[in-house]
Amino acid sequence: MNFTPAGYSLLPVLPEIVLAVGAMALLMLGAFRGQRSTPLVVTLAIVLLVVTGGLLLWWLPSGRLETFGGSFILDGYARFLKILALLGSAVTLLISYGFLAERPRRIFEYAILILISTVGMMTLISAGDLITLYLGLELMSLSLYVVAASNRDDVKSTEAGLKYFVLGALASGMMLYGMSLIYGFTGTVSFTGVAAAVKSGSIGVAFGLVFLLAGLCFKISAVPFHMWTPDVYEGAPTPVTAFFSSSPKVAAFAVFVRVVLTAFPNIVHEWQQIVVFVAIASMALGAFGAIGQRNIKRMMAYSSIGHMGFALVGLAAGTAEGVQGVIVYLVIYTTMTLGAFTIILAMNHDGRPLEQISDFAGLSRSKPLLAFCFAMLLFSLAGIPPLAGFFAKFYVFTAAIKAGLFTLSVVGVLSSVVGAFYYLNIIKVMYFDQPGQAPDAMRLELGTVVAASTLFNLLFFAYPSPLISAAGNAAKSLF
Amino acid sequence: MMTWPILSVVTFLPLLGALLIFLMARGDSEPAARNARWIALWTTLITFAVSLILVARFDPAQPGFQFVEEGRWLASTIGYKMGVDGISLPFVILTTALLPICIIASWKSVTTRVPVYMIAFLVLETLMTGTFAALDLLLFYVFFEGGLIPMFLIIGIWGGPRRVYATFKFFLYTLLGSVLMLLAIMALYWNAGTTDIPTLMTTAVPRGLQTWAWLAFFASFAVKMPMWPVHTWLPDAHVEAPTAGSVILAAILLKMGGYGFLRFSLPMFPLASHDFAPLVFTLSAIAIVYTSLVAMVQEDMKKLIAYSSVAHMGFVTMGIFAGTSQGVAGAVFQMVSHGIVSGALFLCVGVVYDRMHTREIAAYGGLVNRMPLYAMIFLVFTMANVGLPGTSGFIGEFLTLIGTFRVSTTTAFFAATGVILSAAYALWLYRKVVFGALLNPALATIKDLTFREAVTLGPLLVLTILFGFYPKPLLDFSAASVQQLVNTYNQAVTVVKAAALVQ
Repeated sequence: MNFTPAGYSLLPVLPEIVLAVGAMALLMLGAFRGQRSTPLVVTLAIVLLVVTGGLLLWWLPSGRLETFGGSFILDGYARFLKILALLGSAVTLLISYGFLAERPRRIFEYAILILISTVGMMTLISAGDLITLYLGLELMSLSLYVVAASNRDDVKSTEAGLKYFVLGALASGMMLYGMSLIYGFTGTVSFTGVAAAVKSGSIGVAFGLVFLLAGLCFKISAVPFHMWTPDVYEGAPTPVTAFFSSSPKVAAFAVFVRVVLTAFPNIVHEWQQIVVFVAIASMALGAFGAIGQRNIKRMMAYSSIGHMGFALVGLAAGTAEGVQGVIVYLVIYTTMTLGAFTIILAMNHDGRPLEQISDFAGLSRSKPLLAFCFAMLLFSLAGIPPLAGFFAKFYVFTAAIKAGLFTLSVVGVLSSVVGAFYYLNIIKVMYFDQPGQAPDAMRLELGTVVAASTLFNLLFFAYPSPLISAAGNAAKSLF
Repeated sequence: MMTWPILSVVTFLPLLGALLIFLMARGDSEPAARNARWIALWTTLITFAVSLILVARFDPAQPGFQFVEEGRWLASTIGYKMGVDGISLPFVILTTALLPICIIASWKSVTTRVPVYMIAFLVLETLMTGTFAALDLLLFYVFFEGGLIPMFLIIGIWGGPRRVYATFKFFLYTLLGSVLMLLAIMALYWNAGTTDIPTLMTTAVPRGLQTWAWLAFFASFAVKMPMWPVHTWLPDAHVEAPTAGSVILAAILLKMGGYGFLRFSLPMFPLASHDFAPLVFTLSAIAIVYTSLVAMVQEDMKKLIAYSSVAHMGFVTMGIFAGTSQGVAGAVFQMVSHGIVSGALFLCVGVVYDRMHTREIAAYGGLVNRMPLYAMIFLVFTMANVGLPGTSGFIGEFLTLIGTFRVSTTTAFFAATGVILSAAYALWLYRKVVFGALLNPALATIKDLTFREAVTLGPLLVLTILFGFYPKPLLDFSAASVQQLVNTYNQAVTVVKAAALVQ
């Protein structure tokens, strides 16, 4: 281990520091100016996220940077996914404006919590050892538990927060136990150290690995640790649900990929079977579980379980192509899910949210443009070409086919057909059914987000190469 | 020789029209509907005119791909590549030619959400043309599969009473077959390192992969074709779709399956195609005989024609996998001819449906008394459907039968009985609808063809008879490409047979 000052440079963590200090400054602002400062805090928080992203993109030197003795890594992979996480958080704050505008919900802490959670995500993405991983994960999760309950007067929201907390704490405990096993059997917590120590699968390390992956699966809501997802998605306020399904998943997935590929590259077979099983189970459960749902947020919860399964297909390949596929998948998934949740958020009638699938009946008559956007996003979620969702699936499955995972691929594409059924069902409700009550007019920022995500998904096929090659470069930095 | 990307223009011009409608004709008002109709008509007409330049500049003596365009797309190995040869160009023209007819056919019968309807058709035209013109496997897949979206909406929004069931069945059936093909495409990509179709055609595929890939492609194309026993989505989709949707479905979407067999299965997996030929023959023979029998007992006009389509597609698959030049040339001809004839038959059904709002055969009878012109035109198309010499239907069926006879006499025998059965159901339908006494009082005031309807049916009528008497232009058009396809296929099969003999 290197204890020279060079090994402890603060430069690689500068974005995190800026974000954390900024969050605290905003907290002060909010504390002194009271609840009426909420819109200002939210605006400044968005600016802060953008500034952090800019720092990461243009200011920091490129190439691989390490600090704190290798426990914090800033490489191409981390950079790419941090930008994505920042983007997800910024969009979440943007679409929360309307939610926070009403008097009983003018809570500026909401924005602060999202910022702190984002600091956790960025730490998580850059984690180079198990301690940093745990630190980042907890920082992210603790804020999430509180945000889930941010609709303080609503029973469902508080229930969601509590449920998420209890189950999340359980998962953290399991993960910590797994880490201690790994530490006990290898004598180190750093990923490279573990990789050097683990040459062949010992039973202790295998157990540790299983517990560690269980905790990570909980965070990305993969089967069999998905039970919290439908309840939390349904109970939490819609902007929060949008948040849950975007940035935290990206961050948790990023560290999932990094930990198995950099800490356990010599026992691929051991973790590969776990990932294959989890992927198959998630895809199948996501596809079948969503069919019976009536609440659109619950349906989207099952959809996100399925999508995490698809992304895991890329990881199961365990190759640079697979990681590239995962990154492409995460980017496209984030745009799709944020767009879809923004539309769900915009569905209000006299201020009351419309969350049942039947509430979308005849939307193509009352709001043709909105219905069109939603239909395109749903086709994209279903993975129908030429929309972006197809290319996401293409890249993960093509990596799996190259790695010879044929059974996984066949099960995967078949469950995508089953999944197509429930997405089509919403399109059917919107386009083929008779109109019900028309939703209220949409706020401008929501419309912008919906338009942006729809255009991205619709036109991705026309010029896909920048994203694909950027993801390819990011993936290479892990190998 | 080529100065502008003519093929891409033909493919993407309809999208421009769709954009125009989107910008200029919003809402459900009557002026918007009128604008949408005119924009759609002009777009499809101009597209058709541009596609005729392809015909003029096409060199039929050259077997390879022409008008090739290349560009970067996903990666250096997956590019944007377009091009046509003698096999795909007829389908491109068929598509561009039928679209204006579809637009005219929907002029009066579609009254709700007209702009959306026209946009869906124009997008569909782009995707269909692209499917036939794509020279990159992934690009092909994107076009092939993307066509599901507009068709799903066309059947679902403007369809009949059971439209939701029909459109879901159509979408999910086709998707199920196609995703397996997607996996095979990926496997081929790793095998050859590219998805460029001309390169893939010359790349050797290992025997094991050939078998699996063939089955995966078969899953997709057999559903699309559709072959027995995965044809059940077709009658439902046809019955529920609006007239123009049925025309597109029968005339073009079904041809994608046959085109896929010709473009991919035969040249890329010759050994597997040879191995599985008996399976295809069996399924084709069953399709021809069984669906013809099923067609005889139908009470719905569209359903009857739908089943007859399945039977006719049986001739196509049989001819393709016979692997002889007559069989393959006949298959191409039969597909084009069926595109014209079945499209026209659905238009004929649409004509009476628009007047009576029923497709039940029993509701009609004696139409000849009130609609002599209609009776005459319907007769010609019925005869073409039967395969009467002098109509285009005859040439295709005859060539595929000859081609198959040399390879599998039994299949040809059963298929030939199908010709008789098709005469039975088609003539039965014609007699019930057109002849007899005018018993239904509602028919007493029915009017003959309007000018608009005559315009849609006229060109098809001319082509049916022209190709029936003088099929040479169409056959010559594809001859070189077909011959090359058959040669490479037979070569590959002979090499393996010789190797087996040596051992």
